[in-house]
Amino acid sequence: MTVESTAARKTTRGGGKRATAKKAAPAKKKAAAAAPAEAEQDQLVQLLTPEGERVEHPEYSIDLSADELRGLYRDMVLTRRFDAEATTLQRQGELGLWASLLGQEAAQIGSGRALRDDDYVFPTYREHGVAWCRGVDPTNLLGMFRGVNNGGWDPNSNNFHLYTIVIGSQTLHATGYAMGVQKDGADSAVIAYFGDGASSQGDVAESFTFSAVYNAPVVFFCQNNQWAISEPTEKQTRVPLYQRARGYGFPGVRVDGNDVLACLAVTKAALERARSGEGPTLVEAFTYRMGAHTTSDDPTRYRRDEEREAWEAKDPILRLRTYLLNEGFADQAYFDSIEEESEALGKRVREVVRAMPDPDNMAIFENIYADGHALVDEERAQFAAYQASFVDAEEN
Amino acid sequence: MAVFEKITLSKAINESLRASMEADPKVLVMGEDVGKLGGVFRVTDGLQKDFGEERVIDTPLAESGIVGTAIGMALRGYRPVVEIQFDGFVFPAYDQIVTQLAKMHARALGKVKVPVVIRIPYGGGIGAVEHHSESPEALFAHVAGLKCVSPSNASDAYWMMRQAIESDDPVIYFEPKRRYHDKGRLDTEAIPDPLHKARVAQPGTDLTLAAYGPMVKVCLDAAKVAAEEGKSVEVLDLRTISPIDFDAIQSSVERTRRLVIVHEAPVFLGTGSEIAARITERCFYHLEAPVLRVGGFHAPYPPSRLEDEYLPGLDRVLDAVDRALAY
Ligand SMILES: Cc1ncc(C[n+]2csc(CCOP(=O)(O)OP(=O)(O)O)c2C)c(N)n1
Repeated sequence: MTVESTAARKTTRGGGKRATAKKAAPAKKKAAAAAPAEAEQDQLVQLLTPEGERVEHPEYSIDLSADELRGLYRDMVLTRRFDAEATTLQRQGELGLWASLLGQEAAQIGSGRALRDDDYVFPTYREHGVAWCRGVDPTNLLGMFRGVNNGGWDPNSNNFHLYTIVIGSQTLHATGYAMGVQKDGADSAVIAYFGDGASSQGDVAESFTFSAVYNAPVVFFCQNNQWAISEPTEKQTRVPLYQRARGYGFPGVRVDGNDVLACLAVTKAALERARSGEGPTLVEAFTYRMGAHTTSDDPTRYRRDEEREAWEAKDPILRLRTYLLNEGFADQAYFDSIEEESEALGKRVREVVRAMPDPDNMAIFENIYADGHALVDEERAQFAAYQASFVDAEEN
Repeated sequence: MAVFEKITLSKAINESLRASMEADPKVLVMGEDVGKLGGVFRVTDGLQKDFGEERVIDTPLAESGIVGTAIGMALRGYRPVVEIQFDGFVFPAYDQIVTQLAKMHARALGKVKVPVVIRIPYGGGIGAVEHHSESPEALFAHVAGLKCVSPSNASDAYWMMRQAIESDDPVIYFEPKRRYHDKGRLDTEAIPDPLHKARVAQPGTDLTLAAYGPMVKVCLDAAKVAAEEGKSVEVLDLRTISPIDFDAIQSSVERTRRLVIVHEAPVFLGTGSEIAARITERCFYHLEAPVLRVGGFHAPYPPSRLEDEYLPGLDRVLDAVDRALAY
């Protein structure tokens, strides 16, 4: 069993349309949960095997049109391309740093496409694929990594909050936001992204407590990519992460994070649960960080190549491609057109980044207080006079 | 025991940790990525290989947990040296540091000692993203019960770490990360200065520049330029932020009669404010000019493309020198 449901306490509020047919949890769940059979517990929800074969899961079914399937493929390819371009731009000195999502496309696109427009996303710093699904212009993500701003977008224009670097912090913000949604009587949901490493933070534990106690409509989406910089997941936990949820009183589910269909189905179900007043869910997307932690990191110091190679066989994009081909949902002409689109995206990203100007010096003093502040005004004036003294000196 | 003619500041800390661990089996190193990776700055490189996972501990990603458990181990007789990965990530542990670590000795009527060293790579100038370039030293120095130090060169980095580990008090050890690769001389058999003594890094007669950590080099460079302009500037490397060696500053100011304090952290309510107030009190009749401060603005640390404007550089320091000399 991969999902443990708390007692059915569906409220009448909300009544969101179910996109997926999630079966109610069997009654004998509790007993099973008390003495978990390890092998069974750790089974991943999977709908598409690494070989590209479609399989069914008793609790999560999904029925997508060929169009929708191609859409997921396109999202993943373009996201990967964007990511690769950013890595290259960092190597060329155009970005100070980049945190690659390579290998995590399915987890991000699957969960990202499960969201409704009115849902709200609280990402960490690697959610480029989710940002893509939210319609955030990918070049907006680069300002912070280039060092021209500390954020780069209006969180409310796409219901996609700013990247959070202090790990785990955003899980509490998501919970509080969800509590607000609940107070408003709205039927949208909130999703918080974080890593396996972040799961050790006190903030994450506290967000679990709050969300459970207040039955907040939040989904915790943990991308377990196996590593927190050099530390493997074993340095964070002795139980599979999704099992943590049980101790807080809400369900946890582990999904094949390289299977975009499963990620979509599981996240949709969790969001629906939240919408219909059933409270939080922890989704652990079991995936792998194919690249370095960031462009500053050297993974050869702590992990073996064979590990990466084993995960390459589970590539999220390849398996969907195989499936599309085998089912006749897409042909070579289609793949070529995506390739073309991805070239164009790469080109645009390169051009926009290279043309991205450095901010004006006086930006240091902008937006520090909403109401203004005398000390900032004074320092701004002093700094302006100081700068002007150079101009004067040059002119003289 | 050795003499290194050219050792980087980060390697000097590494040597210091190694020597401390060899000298005392109770010394432990702990933090995120300190093991196999050797820390993101490689300061703990090779230590786990040589001392094992029992003494060089890769911890879960939880700063409150890291400091809180270090306190517990210290209560049990160990001497943990904790690494916080970057300045901006110490705050999840701030509660443990401020409400527990700092006060435990006093609360236990002096019967309990908590010799925890917390290493924090701090400061800007490395082109990093946010939370990776901050200078939070005043937030710690303000708290009674904590000692705060910041070396500016390899020899001090080595000796101050050894002394911090030997100290029975908690020490926040601020590592100037943009100086990690700067090389200097280190004699591990020398007799070091006491931990809480300032040092005249460059003697001078017209004005005193007081700094610590990453800003000492900027001040030395400024003194050089000033010398070319015929001004004799003394540079004082404070080395320690809590306690502050006011006697050393006073004696310098009594000679030079002018004082400019330089740090990266915001000027407002910063280390410089305390020094200015005390020195004005102690040296009122010696001063020819008000004590000036050069530092960060009352603004969040800016994105990296603006950090050169934010950080005090040569020009801003020289500007303050000129202003002080103009009185
Ligand atoms: C509070 C805090 N401590 C330390 C760091 C430094 N740091 C950045 S990312 C990271 C690893 C995070 O691993 P994980 O949560 O698994 O996410 P992943 O990067 O693998 O996606 C660390 C230690 C940080 N950003 N915030």
